[in-house]
Parts: sequence; C-alpha cells; structure tokens
Amino acid sequence: MEAIVQQFFNFGIMREALPIVVAGFIQTIAICLIVIPLGLAGGLVFALISLSRLRSARWAAIAVIDFFRSIPPLVLLIFVYAGLPFAGFRPSPMTAVAIAFFLNTSSYYGEIYRAGIESVGSGQWDAARSTGLRLDQALAYVVLPQAVRNVLPDLVSNAVEVVKLTSIASVVALPELLYSADMARSVTFNSSPIVLAAAIYLVMLWPIVRLISRLERRIAA
Amino acid sequence: MSDGRPPILEIRGLRKTFGDVEVLRGIDLAVQAQELVFVIGPSGSGKRTLLRCCNRLEEASAGSIHIDGADIMARSTDINAMRRQIGMVFQSFNLYPHMTALRNVTLALVKVLRKPRAEAERIGMAALDRVGLAGKARSYPGELSGGQQQRVAIARALALEPKIMLFDEPTSALDPELVGSVLNVMRELKSGGMTMLVVSHEMRFARDAADRVIFMDHGAIVEEGPPQQMFSTPRETRTRSFIAELMR
Amino acid sequence: MNAWSRFLDTFFKWPLIERYFPDIAKGVVVTIEIAAVVVVTGILLGLALAVVRTFRVRAFNLLIVIFVDVLRALPPLVLILLVYFGLPNIGINLPSFAVLWLVLALVLAAFAEEIFWAGILSIPKGQWEAARSTGLSFIGTLAYIVLPQAIRLTVPPLTNRTIVITKNTALGTVIGVGEILNQASSAESFSGNATPLMMGAIAYLILFVPVVALGRFLETRFSWRRV
Repeated sequence: MEAIVQQFFNFGIMREALPIVVAGFIQTIAICLIVIPLGLAGGLVFALISLSRLRSARWAAIAVIDFFRSIPPLVLLIFVYAGLPFAGFRPSPMTAVAIAFFLNTSSYYGEIYRAGIESVGSGQWDAARSTGLRLDQALAYVVLPQAVRNVLPDLVSNAVEVVKLTSIASVVALPELLYSADMARSVTFNSSPIVLAAAIYLVMLWPIVRLISRLERRIAA
Repeated sequence: MSDGRPPILEIRGLRKTFGDVEVLRGIDLAVQAQELVFVIGPSGSGKRTLLRCCNRLEEASAGSIHIDGADIMARSTDINAMRRQIGMVFQSFNLYPHMTALRNVTLALVKVLRKPRAEAERIGMAALDRVGLAGKARSYPGELSGGQQQRVAIARALALEPKIMLFDEPTSALDPELVGSVLNVMRELKSGGMTMLVVSHEMRFARDAADRVIFMDHGAIVEEGPPQQMFSTPRETRTRSFIAELMR
Repeated sequence: MNAWSRFLDTFFKWPLIERYFPDIAKGVVVTIEIAAVVVVTGILLGLALAVVRTFRVRAFNLLIVIFVDVLRALPPLVLILLVYFGLPNIGINLPSFAVLWLVLALVLAAFAEEIFWAGILSIPKGQWEAARSTGLSFIGTLAYIVLPQAIRLTVPPLTNRTIVITKNTALGTVIGVGEILNQASSAESFSGNATPLMMGAIAYLILFVPVVALGRFLETRFSWRRV
C-alpha cells in the first residue's frame, strides 16, 4: 500500500512537476481551440457534400469520411509528421497535429452532421421549399437548427474525444499535457506526474461526460 | 365560371413514373380563378403525387403544368419565385418546431420576399388573424393543438399571397373535434375568393363548398362534375362504389 | 526524376515493399489478436456491468458509475503509460501486450456499459410489467424480454465505439507492442524511406474500411427497424 502511494500519489513530486504540467495543459487547450472549430466547420462541409444530389459527390464524400475514420489517428499523425518529410514537406509538430487531427475530426463530425440532417423529417424540407425558400435557406434556417439539436450529445461527445486525442500528440514530442507529465516521470522515475495529468483530464472532462450521459438518456426517452 | 382569363392552374397530359410504377397516367385538369376543386379517390390513386407535381416537389415525367399562364417546368423558371405563388398545406402540418407561430409565418416573407422585419410581422399577424390565431403568435408548435397547428400552416402559406392554394389531406391527421376549425378557415378562404385545389375525403365540406369534384383512380381522372351530381348520381360504376364506401 | 517517380520512390518503393512485407504482416496478426481479445472481453464485461446495474444495489451502482466515468474521461494513452511505467515499480510486471489489452478492454467495457444501460433503460416499463405479471422471474424477464430488445438498439453505437477503441491498438507502439504501427515505424527509420509507413497505413485501411462500411450498413439497417 505504502509503495502504491509512493509511486502514484507522491505529492512532493507532483508539486515539483506542477509548472511543467500546467504549461502542457495550456498547450493542450491551444490544440483543442484550433482543432475543434476547424473540425466542426470541415465536418459540415463533408456532410453537405455527402448529401448532394450528385451521386459522384456523395460517394466521394463518404469515401473520404470512411477513409479517415478507418485510419488510427496516431498512424495519420506519424504519417504526416515522419512520412511527408520524405516527400519534401516538413511540418512542425503542431502543424502535423493540426493537419492530422483536422482530417480525423472533420470525418467524425461529418458523420454526425449527416445523421442529424437525415433525422430531420422530409416534411420540414417540403414545407420550407414550398414557401419558396432556396436550398441553402431551408438548410440554414429550418433543417440545420433541428439537426444540431438532435445530435447535440454526439457533437459534445466528439469534442470530448478531441480533448482526449491531444494526448497522442505526445508521441511526436509536442509538449502538451501528457508529454510534459511523461517528461517529469522519466526524470523522477515516479509515476505521480502522470497521475497529476490524469487528475487534470478528469477535472476537465468528467463533468462533460456526465452531462453527455444525461443528454443521451433524455433523447432516448 | 371562366371569363376569358387563363385558368390559374392548367395541367396537360401529366405523367409520373416511380421506378416502373406509373402513378399518373396522363392527367388533364384546369382550375379557374376562385374555383374550389375537390379531388377524391382511393389511396394509391395518385392524388398526392398530382398535388406535389404542381409545385414541383415531385418532378413530372411528362406533360405540362402552367400557373396563371406561366410554364412552371421550363428550364428558365425560377422554382423558388414560382413556389411563392403556390401555397401548400400538408397533412402533417410540417410547422418548424423550433420557431414561434409568427416566425413560422414570417420566415419566407423575410428570406424570400426580402421584406423588412416590421412589415413581415404586420403581414404575418394579419394572416394569423385571418385564421383566428393572432393570440397564439408567440406560441411554439408544441404548445398548439393539431387544429391550431394546421391553421398556422395555412396562415404560413397565405401570407405569401399565393395565386392558388393546394391542400393535401389537410384534416386527415386531426382528431375529429378539431377538424371543424380548419374547415371553417378553408370556407372563409373560399368566400374570400382564393383559388383552391383540395385533396380530401371530407364529403360534407365538398358538398357545401366545392365548385367541382374530381374522382381519381389508378392514376387517371375517372369522372368529374359538380358536387351534387357526383355524390347523388355519378355516371361511372367505380365512382359510385367509391362514394358508397365513403358514405358508410 | 520527375515528380511522379519521386513520389513512387518515396512511398511505394518496390524492393522495400518486398523486404518489409513479412514484418508488416506480423504486425497485422498482432493487431488482429489484440483487437479480438479486447472486443470480446470488453463487451462481455460491459454487458455484465450493465446487468449488475439492473439489480439496483446502491453500493455497486456507485462503484460502476465511478469506474465508467473515469475510464470514459481519461485518454487511453494516459492509462497505458500509468500502467506500463507505474506497475513495475510496485512489483507488478505485465508484458506490454497485457498492458495494452487490459487498458483497452477496460475502456471498451466502460463505454459498452453505458450503451447497454441506455438500451435497457429505453425498454418501456410496460414490458417488464407484462413479463412479470405472467409469472416470469426478474432474471427471466431480463434474459428473454428486455435484453433481446435492448441489444438491437445498441448495435450502431456499440459498433462505432468498438471501431474507435480497436484503432487505439496503434497506441501499443508507444510501449513496444509489435503491432502494425510499431513494425512500420521501425522499418521506416531503418530504411530511411516512407514506404513502410505507407504499407502500414494501407494495412490499417484493409483491416478497418470493411469494418467501418459494415458499421455504416448496420446503422442504417437497425435504425430503420427502430420504428
């Protein structure tokens, strides 16, 4: 028992590691602030293309979405960071993370938007179009607001996934939360800094996870 | 009833095929100004498809449709501008649940007709008043009864001042005690001079208010005539048996 | 050398493809092995936890909720590093394969529990009442009436979540598990060419695109039935 506390809950070491861990936390927030809005926008574009009247556009969009949902984000990240330099494009860790995460996140958001839009009954399109609203007007004022409302738990849930995804950036040495904590661990040979990082993730995400459960249950009802 | 003006709605040789099923087999129909034409027929007869072709919610496979002389299927026609002139009321109301009744009515006024908000609200309130729901302007569809929702839907179509209004089984989804309120609004529209094409099986309403009743079966018009004739002495056997079924 | 042949040489160099194909194939086997055990143990554990929750024993429920929330809020990589580096220091030595399996299975179990629980909750009380009033026991009702209906509802979200978690097998590369990414990155640094990485990416595509497509198919089929 004593050993467990020493190894995982050593407050002295946690206090020492705090500055570097906090710096990492700020970097994590920065990544999220870039990736989540980009993903939301990109996802909407993907979704709209996947609902187009042109069959080739639909298939292309779905193929791209499924492609980026099939590749593990870590593989995509390493490919962008370590593979592209061989072709001449040498991104910084942050750029590689932004590109890889944008592609991955947009695909997931694209699927979510698509499901949301399809869940709005065709009667709403009929009514909006029959009063002369253009396609984009019907989408913006009538269908999309309802679609977003229907898939709100999934939109929030995916944002949580992005926050957790940032931990992968540690593999390409981006100094976000997990990387900083892991640095502290390898220097002190003690896992408490990682427990500290875990605690920070919990404080950030636990309330949202609870909220999502409640939202999900309300929609299922 | 015609006075030399072209009919408000003129359909010629309308055909529609879904896959290999021919749902409309050559419909010829003209609705004159201020006429109320009633369409009856068994389910599957194509009545709904006929209505939906009139504002191009369905694209006809062949034939022509003219609204007040203008060919709505011409490539140069602006569908959205054309749809403003055709009001449509749906069986399931299709009100926008996330907007108040007033906003439901004014949305197209603002976005399609580009009216300033104040003027749109004035027109919207007048339309709601015509259907007797001015007091519910700020209510959401979820707070309204079925009959009230349908009346708001009528106001929504009315506010755009269409040349003709299409009704797709407007009372079929309503509880019996709410049907009357909607039919009264439709009666009032008729006496106000609105041209109407109604698909419904409210026979008493047809007898009182319709100028002409059309019986459709298997995608074609079987018989048409004034309501008294259609209901008491129809010529065709099919018409007779359908009417008898309905009266039961 | 024009741009196209330079591209081919960077990402599709044939001699390297020949040379490293066995290694990547080995990685594929490892990935499939981990994914298989994770999916089976994770889903079964999640189902078991959801069933325990139906008995409505306060103490168990609290433990389950905490367990599930923590595992859904923490990034899997954090848990992997904690277990991999921390446990040996308190005397528990697990091989990397076991660490990866343990963490991913627990995470999947947590998500699966929430999904099964939501499914069970959505079965109307009337179903329970009808079954019990014909004399069926609590467990019998659960087994024959409630779970069969609940499970149908859970197929789409469960498939999606399972796919996300099995893709996390790639994280095994960080702790030395010989799965696809690990093989591909070592080969890449060894050969100084991106071809092995491209092979790894393609291996993942071959493995997962069918699963994702299947998930899409199941989703349309099962949500249609929900009415």
